[in-house]
Amino acid sequence: MKLYTFVTEFLQLIILIGIAPAFTGWVRMLKCWSQGRTSAGLFQPYRDLDKLFSKDVLLADNATWIFRFTPYLVFGTAVLAGGIIPMLTVDLPIAYAADVIVLVALFAIARFFTALAGMDMGTAFGGMGSSREMTIASLAEPAMLMAIFTVSLASKSTSLSQMVHVIYSGQYVFRPSIAFALIAFILIALAETGRIPVDNPATHLELTMIHEAMILEYSGRHLALIEWAGMMKLFLFVMLGIAVFAPWGIASSGDFIPILSAFFFMLLKLGIIGIGLVLIETGLAKMRIFRMTEFLGSAFLLATLGMLSFFILE
Amino acid sequence: MIFTPLEIISFSVLLLFLSVLFVPLLKGNQRLLINVSFMLISLASLLGLAGGIWAVGGGITNKLVLPLGLSDLPFHLRVDPLAGFFLTVICLLSFFVSLYSIGYVKGYLGRRPVTSLIVFYCLFLAGMMMVVIADDALFFLISWEVMAAASYFLVMFEDENIENRKAAFLYMIIAHIGAIAILLSFGIMAGLTTGFESFSGYTFDAMRQAEFPLKWATAAFLLAFFGFAAKAGVIPLHVWLPEAHPVAPSNVSALMSGVMLKTAIYGIIRVTFDLLGSFPWWWGAIVLILGLISAVMGVLFALMQSDLKRLLAYSSVENIGIILIGIGASMIFTSFQMPLLAALALIAGLYHTMNHAMFKGLLFMGAGAVLHATGERNMEEMGGLIHRMKWTAPLFLIGCVSISALPPFNGFVSEWLTFQAFLLSPALPSPMLKLLIPLGAALLALTAALSAACFVKAFGITFMGHWRGASMPRVHEADWPMRSGMILASHACLLLGVLPTFFIDWMDIIPQQLIGTKIGASSGAYGWLWLTPIAPERASYSGPIVFLGILFVVIAVYLLLHVRPGNIQRAPIWDCGFAKLNERMQYSSASFSMPIRRIFGFLFKIKEEVKLTPCGTHKPFPKRLNYHLKIRDRFWGWLYKPIVDSSFWVARHVGKLQQGRIQAYLIYSFITIIILLLFSR
Repeated sequence: MKLYTFVTEFLQLIILIGIAPAFTGWVRMLKCWSQGRTSAGLFQPYRDLDKLFSKDVLLADNATWIFRFTPYLVFGTAVLAGGIIPMLTVDLPIAYAADVIVLVALFAIARFFTALAGMDMGTAFGGMGSSREMTIASLAEPAMLMAIFTVSLASKSTSLSQMVHVIYSGQYVFRPSIAFALIAFILIALAETGRIPVDNPATHLELTMIHEAMILEYSGRHLALIEWAGMMKLFLFVMLGIAVFAPWGIASSGDFIPILSAFFFMLLKLGIIGIGLVLIETGLAKMRIFRMTEFLGSAFLLATLGMLSFFILE
Repeated sequence: MIFTPLEIISFSVLLLFLSVLFVPLLKGNQRLLINVSFMLISLASLLGLAGGIWAVGGGITNKLVLPLGLSDLPFHLRVDPLAGFFLTVICLLSFFVSLYSIGYVKGYLGRRPVTSLIVFYCLFLAGMMMVVIADDALFFLISWEVMAAASYFLVMFEDENIENRKAAFLYMIIAHIGAIAILLSFGIMAGLTTGFESFSGYTFDAMRQAEFPLKWATAAFLLAFFGFAAKAGVIPLHVWLPEAHPVAPSNVSALMSGVMLKTAIYGIIRVTFDLLGSFPWWWGAIVLILGLISAVMGVLFALMQSDLKRLLAYSSVENIGIILIGIGASMIFTSFQMPLLAALALIAGLYHTMNHAMFKGLLFMGAGAVLHATGERNMEEMGGLIHRMKWTAPLFLIGCVSISALPPFNGFVSEWLTFQAFLLSPALPSPMLKLLIPLGAALLALTAALSAACFVKAFGITFMGHWRGASMPRVHEADWPMRSGMILASHACLLLGVLPTFFIDWMDIIPQQLIGTKIGASSGAYGWLWLTPIAPERASYSGPIVFLGILFVVIAVYLLLHVRPGNIQRAPIWDCGFAKLNERMQYSSASFSMPIRRIFGFLFKIKEEVKLTPCGTHKPFPKRLNYHLKIRDRFWGWLYKPIVDSSFWVARHVGKLQQGRIQAYLIYSFITIIILLLFSR
């Protein structure tokens, strides 16, 4: 393990923290355009965060330490998750400490504490958000694990770096199981990041909101951290999808030129995926909460089918 | 060395029996009795713990024959690494729980004498330890019965409640049906070993050496598995568990859920891997499938509960399922000659055994502290306890995080290992297994996610928000002995999660003896840092780095944001400008699990009733709304109710013979004699 790997690791974290709001800005911008509105620009999320950071925190009288601790934990787990997913290079020192199961669990920690924070005040909205979020997660999380497991069976490893390595070294053949896994992964990524058919990030309508309901009581820097972590989560899911299903472009060594080209590849892919996301979001309407079962159930089923087909065809 | 591990353990059991004799002497001074006896029990647990750790660490097998029991079949004792491991689990938790009991049992002072509680607590503990060190069928079953009977009396402790009596009765019946099955299983094995004439076949040594024909081995396995599954609460034999565990005193529930169920796991491993030795793959498939059903159904049942201790009891069913998934997978791999994977799956199962003992013990102790403080088990009445119980709340939270399989705590490690065993399996030769393994992974993932939802509910409803009941009682924090028991257990959860390599290296001897391979969990420089079963490039997990990574980022962000002293203002909660918020507007336990109830409702028998009492003058404005929700186990209706009904039917009809007139009885005797004379010439 060499020193420069830590430099690239650090670089990757900076990119995650720095670019994630821009990606959210990009998606919002495209969405505005596609709906015929004037957008606030690519950098509006930064301005929002800046505004929130400079505001005071307003806490409810009965807020406990869990409520105050959660934003930091949510942010921390998102940053750590960014250290595991190969974005620029596969040569990541932290990646050996945690594989894809840990990655899923890191998102689960953030969700666990956000749900608790939602219940902290004893308001109806908070409890509603927590209840719905945990319900959706309890279907989405296993589906996500299954989708990624299907790919990891092909590469015989659960380490994300190793999975990319295997794809590079040419032992990779496209299997029907991967197609199942990819479709399942897209459905789940929409659910986990709270995008449109499942949850609407732009709404505060009490009947439909899920994630927003849990964080309704947050303000100031706490809210800024949670919002930022949310943007990072969206970014990370895109990166995870890229690393697992289409890693081409990620540097396999730690040299300067491949990393630079990997960076541009990443931007290109982000741009394209942003367009795809906006197409999905403008094309679909938000579902009723109890239609979610079918949506997530089919994702779970597809992922399990993918794994089954791997076992049967191998 | 002067002592052997077995001698230390035997001494510990002896100490427990001595305390049983000694307890009645102090009956007059109950406070002193509690202090002295639980100190003694803690000491005995520490001794047993030392013996257990030593037996596993040194890979030592000791034997001892006691001049007790039948003349042809004296009591055989034996400790080997497998027994040592289970002793470690039992004694570690019983040490924590006994410390906790010093505080908890004092809650009964002034209400009822606790002498019987302490006597049966000692016997219960001694019974569990003897089950594990028994080396012949007779001594095993005697210990098994001591354990079952003692726990029966512990469940009955507060016997003025009809709930307790019913639960204890059900527990006793199922425990005995299980015990009969185990007895028959040993009978088959002994009979095939030496024939039915001699007693020597009843020693485990003789069974180990014998070769069994498949037909009889299968019968023995199925009987033993049935018996042990009844004790472990495997679905559909779980009905007693959610009745008996909640009504027992909380320290006893901690032991029953944490370790008594594990003796059944021990029994399954001992009979299959050790006594029978070789087996076909479908035995493993049975264990795996029942494990999967228990895991998923257990956690779904747990989610539906509003009684905190009942929720924990159902969650034990789930965790027993997860342990059986590991063991079943290990059996499948063993029968297909894949020793490395078999060892990995076995380690995963055993690791979860240890983990479940720690976090479930911790959670039951926490639930006990809540019960002690509020006198309430129903979560619908609780809430906001985090403000009053500054110690119990974070400790209970650690238990919740651990059981939800979140890193860096211990539940995650065993789940991670189980997933690795599933994922690293190459194509198995049987097409049935090709379906089973992916399905197993899917259901295990579902279980883990649902249990996170379940424990968000348990913690969120109990400790957060506002008190939901009519008037908040004077809630007090747990005292120091109770706290210390919970603190120690929570540290065990963290340590087992952060430093799993030490622990797995220590117990690696068990698969080596049973299956013939070690997994060698760590490799290379700084090996203790990395958990790498099979090979580092396949999968690695580093508990310390994940733990420190999360800690570092959280602290760094916190410090960065507090460079500029930020103002935090407190204000009343925003009520959207409507009427004042009150505590009945919070999400309750039933409403939290409502979406999941709707999705998985078909698995339960749910009766939901909404009754509106309309206001006299304004019909659309109801005066009162009553909501009744009844969720029942379908298994009760399917499996148990027919049996109960038919046995009542038989009893009613046989009861007609009982006339109460002497003439009728004389006629019965007369007819009997005539029939005997006719047929037994």
